[in-house]
Amino acid sequence: MRNIFFFIKVYFNLIIFLLLQAISIYLIVHYNRYHSAVTTAYLSEVTGKVNTQYNKVEYYLQLKKTNDSLVKANEQLYNKLKADFDLPDTVSKIVIDTMKLDSLQPYRKYRYMNAKVIYNSVAMENNFIELGRGATGGIKKDMGVINTNNAVVGIVTDVSNNYAIVMSLLNKDSHTSVKLKKSGEYGTVVWDGQEPNVLTLKEIRKSAKVVKGDTVVTSGLGLIFPYGLLVGTVSEIVPDKSSNNLFIKIRSAANFYSLQYIYAIENLKKEEINKLLENAKKKAQ
Amino acid sequence: MSTALKHIVRFIVFILVQVYVLDKVHIHYMITPYIYFLFILWLPFNMKRSVLMIVAFLLGITLDSFRHNPGFHAAACVLIAYIRPFLINLLIPQEGADTNYQEPSAKSLGGFGPYATYIAILALVHNAWLFLLEAWQFANLWYFLVKTLLSTIISLLLILVTEIMFTRKQKFRTNTV
Repeated sequence: MRNIFFFIKVYFNLIIFLLLQAISIYLIVHYNRYHSAVTTAYLSEVTGKVNTQYNKVEYYLQLKKTNDSLVKANEQLYNKLKADFDLPDTVSKIVIDTMKLDSLQPYRKYRYMNAKVIYNSVAMENNFIELGRGATGGIKKDMGVINTNNAVVGIVTDVSNNYAIVMSLLNKDSHTSVKLKKSGEYGTVVWDGQEPNVLTLKEIRKSAKVVKGDTVVTSGLGLIFPYGLLVGTVSEIVPDKSSNNLFIKIRSAANFYSLQYIYAIENLKKEEINKLLENAKKKAQ
Repeated sequence: MSTALKHIVRFIVFILVQVYVLDKVHIHYMITPYIYFLFILWLPFNMKRSVLMIVAFLLGITLDSFRHNPGFHAAACVLIAYIRPFLINLLIPQEGADTNYQEPSAKSLGGFGPYATYIAILALVHNAWLFLLEAWQFANLWYFLVKTLLSTIISLLLILVTEIMFTRKQKFRTNTV
């Protein structure tokens, strides 16, 4: 204790100096949008580098689990192959004209890009995932993120050159538009900040037919996720006495404890749709 | 006039001149004429270093408040207040000179040369730290260097004019403090 006082006495001026500088710099970063943006980008580059190193070890230890999930994903894909389906004899063969017409040509709306998870939190009130792929790799703000089993993980919120930050579903600011697969009711999935892997489904009316075990999928209404990606399964239904809605707990389809690889989804038609929406808004005014 | 009152008046005058005169002057988009920090350079020798820094912080934060952008000038002022005593110790001609005179000037530092060095170094440090904080990165090094240098030259010219226009009376005090 005496040594501490002695230390303070000797370095009193230096401590005052550093303290006042720290206050000034805090004020600068706090009140300036530009300064805080640059700082965030810089810090995420630095923490990204550290997290990459740490993740190398963790990744090695989890190789087996990762492998299992990749095998599962492969299995799903194999089951979707055309070669698995035999056409019955009675059906005539469909031939598509090789000449391409604009109106028939399907266009690509979503593109998937894989990325490595280098940092992932589940224990905080607002959880984030950091990806080892950033703006130079084509990741953009507001892209949807799913895991290898097509289950929703979150949305990209910040991008630096080589890293990206994903706001996971386990975040109090996260709102995802979803649909009950069976009954077709639309709702919103949020997180109450308590238990990881347990989410809350809001805005489902009491008249809706919901059973335990029902699948909840993305609605495809927003511009972020395509329709039909898994979000979770209903685990508990409580009627909310104060309103006309049900209070539904769902178990998330993605396991946030063991994320190693994810896919980021780019909506290629987003700008076009946004433009259209803006025009419509202008007309309405 | 008591010393404290003199410094309070100086504080107000420097801030008002800086905010309502010099900030309106736009020589070039690169250059801002700064003179308000002369207040710190004129503070008395016998002021404690920690007090010096707190006064400097107050000066900086006052200017920042007028510009609605807190932190920048406060940081720069605290930095020059911190290194001021080091510099005075290096430049002061002989031991005890700082008890003969009240505050730094060409007379008390023993000539125009040391005093000019004192002013120039602190002005340079002030501007460099200020512009560095404003840029917040080393992306445009040449721009930063040129801006610092030009602003410092303008500051020095302003200080020279001020020293000529407002000569401070420097009483020689005996060594019986």
